[in-house]
Amino acid sequence: MIHFVLLVSRQGKVRLTKWYSPYSQKERTKVIRELTGLILTRGLKLCNFVEWRGYKVVYKRYASLYFCMCIDQDDNELEVLEIIHHYVETLDRYFGSVCELDLIFNFHKAYYILDELLLAGELQEPSKKIVARLIAGQDSLVEAAKEEANSISNIIAQATK
Amino acid sequence: MARDLAPEVERLLQFRDPNIRKKAALCSIRIIKKVPDLAENFINPTASLLKEKHHGVLITGIQLCTDLCKISPEALEHFRKKCTEGLVKTLKDVVNSPYAPEYDIAGITDPFLHIRLLRLLRVLGQGDAYASDCMNDILAQVATKTESNKNAGNAILYECVETIMSIEDNGGLRVLAINILGRFLSNRDNNIRYVALNMLTKAIIVDAQAVQRHRTTILECVKDSDASIRKRALELVYLLVNETNVKPLTKELIDYLEVSEQDFKGDLTAKICSIVEKFSPDKIWYIDQMLKVLSQAGNFVKGEVCNALIVVISNAPDLHGYTVRALYRAFQASSEQESLVRVAVWCIGEYGDLLINNTGMLNIEDPLMVTESEAVDVVETAMKRHSSDLTTKSMALIALLKLSSRFPSCSERIREIIIQHKGNFVLELQQRSIEFNSILEKHKDIRSALVERIPVLDEATFSGRKASSVSASPASSLKVPNGTAKPASPLVDLLDLSSDDTPAPSSSTGDFLQDLLGVDLAPSSGPSSTNQATKTGADALLDLLSIGSASVQSSSPGIDIFSLGQDKFPPVTTFDGLASPSSLPAPVAAPILDLLGGLISSPLPPENNGTSPAYPSIVAFESSNLRINFSFSKPPGNPQATEIQATFSNLSQNDYADFIFQAAVPKFLQLHLEPASSNSLPAGGKETVKQTLRVTNSQHGKKSLVMRIRIAYKMNGKDMLEEGQINRFPHGL
Repeated sequence: MIHFVLLVSRQGKVRLTKWYSPYSQKERTKVIRELTGLILTRGLKLCNFVEWRGYKVVYKRYASLYFCMCIDQDDNELEVLEIIHHYVETLDRYFGSVCELDLIFNFHKAYYILDELLLAGELQEPSKKIVARLIAGQDSLVEAAKEEANSISNIIAQATK
Repeated sequence: MARDLAPEVERLLQFRDPNIRKKAALCSIRIIKKVPDLAENFINPTASLLKEKHHGVLITGIQLCTDLCKISPEALEHFRKKCTEGLVKTLKDVVNSPYAPEYDIAGITDPFLHIRLLRLLRVLGQGDAYASDCMNDILAQVATKTESNKNAGNAILYECVETIMSIEDNGGLRVLAINILGRFLSNRDNNIRYVALNMLTKAIIVDAQAVQRHRTTILECVKDSDASIRKRALELVYLLVNETNVKPLTKELIDYLEVSEQDFKGDLTAKICSIVEKFSPDKIWYIDQMLKVLSQAGNFVKGEVCNALIVVISNAPDLHGYTVRALYRAFQASSEQESLVRVAVWCIGEYGDLLINNTGMLNIEDPLMVTESEAVDVVETAMKRHSSDLTTKSMALIALLKLSSRFPSCSERIREIIIQHKGNFVLELQQRSIEFNSILEKHKDIRSALVERIPVLDEATFSGRKASSVSASPASSLKVPNGTAKPASPLVDLLDLSSDDTPAPSSSTGDFLQDLLGVDLAPSSGPSSTNQATKTGADALLDLLSIGSASVQSSSPGIDIFSLGQDKFPPVTTFDGLASPSSLPAPVAAPILDLLGGLISSPLPPENNGTSPAYPSIVAFESSNLRINFSFSKPPGNPQATEIQATFSNLSQNDYADFIFQAAVPKFLQLHLEPASSNSLPAGGKETVKQTLRVTNSQHGKKSLVMRIRIAYKMNGKDMLEEGQINRFPHGL
């Protein structure tokens, strides 16, 4: 199972974290510090897997972002590389040529998409189309709710004039 | 909370919306991990999930099934019986399915589903021949048909290989799997190679032969630029080594050691050392390889490995000359490696004469001209080096002592070197320097006996002790070079006066310290600054040393070092005693026993005063300079104990200073010396020095007392030594 997902920029800024195993707040910061140190210093030609604390960490670099996932010893690393790629492609499909800026300004959407893809540390949906459809459904719900909120505030505003 | 919600989740597993179903499936995984008892409830719903068409639900259902099988054996049985064929069919469908744009990744339809299915089949097939049979076809198909130019394909192949290796044996499939791994190994992608090495490490348990075929490729991986790959490859190589291929493999590894990076050298050295130790076909090869390793990376070699090497060297007497010459050459070439220096210093100390005389030349050697002073140079350099640590310097000191005995011409120069450390801040070095210096100055006669060749160290004992020893301090590493004692062998009663008085000091079966302890030495001068170890074994040693360095005196009372049960001395504490910062354990011990064995028993005029009630006092010893009287009394209640009042009289015209009386008794006696009344004995015999001895005779009634004595004193600044044996104790004591 995947224990956590970590997105780190090249400068070491954390863009996204998602934890599927219990880690206390202190442990989380410690883990993040350790892993960023470990991964950011690795050379280009090295393989994408690191052994860390008895787990394996699979990472992949896309432009200036490092996508890291921590898995158990007996999981298939190559598959996790595929999962990372799957996520990135889904993000790309949603945002359209996604870049780090998109993730910075729309991090909540990034989290929603991740939640549709991975649940409880396991892959949920192998199809990008279905994920896109679900997120689109969520977005329309958000729109509808905004509409409603607007209309209610209009009524209240008029009523209190 | 899990229990409360479990029924809800179960219900949702059959909800109409597939999205809900798949989330419910993953949620169930969490629940059963938290509460394994609830697993049975989920078995049936899961079975229906496995027949889904929707890929998302199918994948999550398969994952739920896999985890169920891991947690609950009944679930495993159930799924094995009912679902194996269904799953095989599903996999077949996916593999043969036409192009589906929704799930397509790199030309393969839904690789995730492939992988999950393969994993579930692995769990089901493990240990079950029937299930494994069902899968054989589809596994073969996947293994052969999947394209491996993209990562997705490789991921599937990887999972397939894992499955093949885990299920019940099928020769053809196994060969297929190993071939795939071989192909992976030569892939340029680092990830693939890493994964392949991983798999091979697991595969080697199953089928070592097949993995051997890829040995060369794996060796190449050891030299890879990627650190993780190097590590994996090295571990794999270590597993691959056997008697047939150890020589070429080691050669490769040592060649690589030269060019490897610093942080990798430590691992590599450790592995090479253990390979060499385990598989070396003959001693000379072992020594050669270890010398090469030491020259290259001596700083990474651990202390225990050096000690093991020394044990092996000492166990190969015909190779002593070769070894010491090789070490000399190696030292000239590269003297920065700590361990190399240590081993070289030890060997030169031990076998220096072989080095000079070119004894024992093997055909492959070139003759080497080394003079005595050059050999001493080597040891001196070792001492002076900045980077030498305490162990090396201590060993160098004792090597110098040995050399001074073997090369008498350099004795003076060696003495000067040793003296330089008299004021060293480190206690160990200071003590050694002072003691050795006094041996060189005052005790030349016993020097050669002290530093005789160490006998063969028993390898089996050493490795057994190494495995069980707790302390790995540098002090304990000193134990080995200085001679470990052997396991308890029949105790030689050295002072059994009824038999011959020549114990073999280097009895290869003898237990040195045990023999020592059989000799109840009780010097009246206590241990000097070496009072640190409180164990009696340590005291034993310290007192031994104070015999050798009579000049080092303190006013501490004489302690009864050997008042231990003679044969109950556990070897471990003995060795810990050896480990205390004192040098010269066994080699000193044996020769000293030799000394005592060779004591001239001067004829003692038995003078029976006849004045004491039951036991007449005797003149124990008389020479032209000294007379010793013994008077006896028995404390009430204990027939075995005797109290002896010893009176020393100076029969010469000069005063005696630094007066020390020592006594040794056979094993069936126990001796306890009280402090003497004074250390100086004025001339003329008017004033006397008195000392009380307490003797306990465990063979009271059967054997009477005997004692050997030694008196050391300074007369006119000259050291004098008198020895004798007292046989004429009154009966009944």
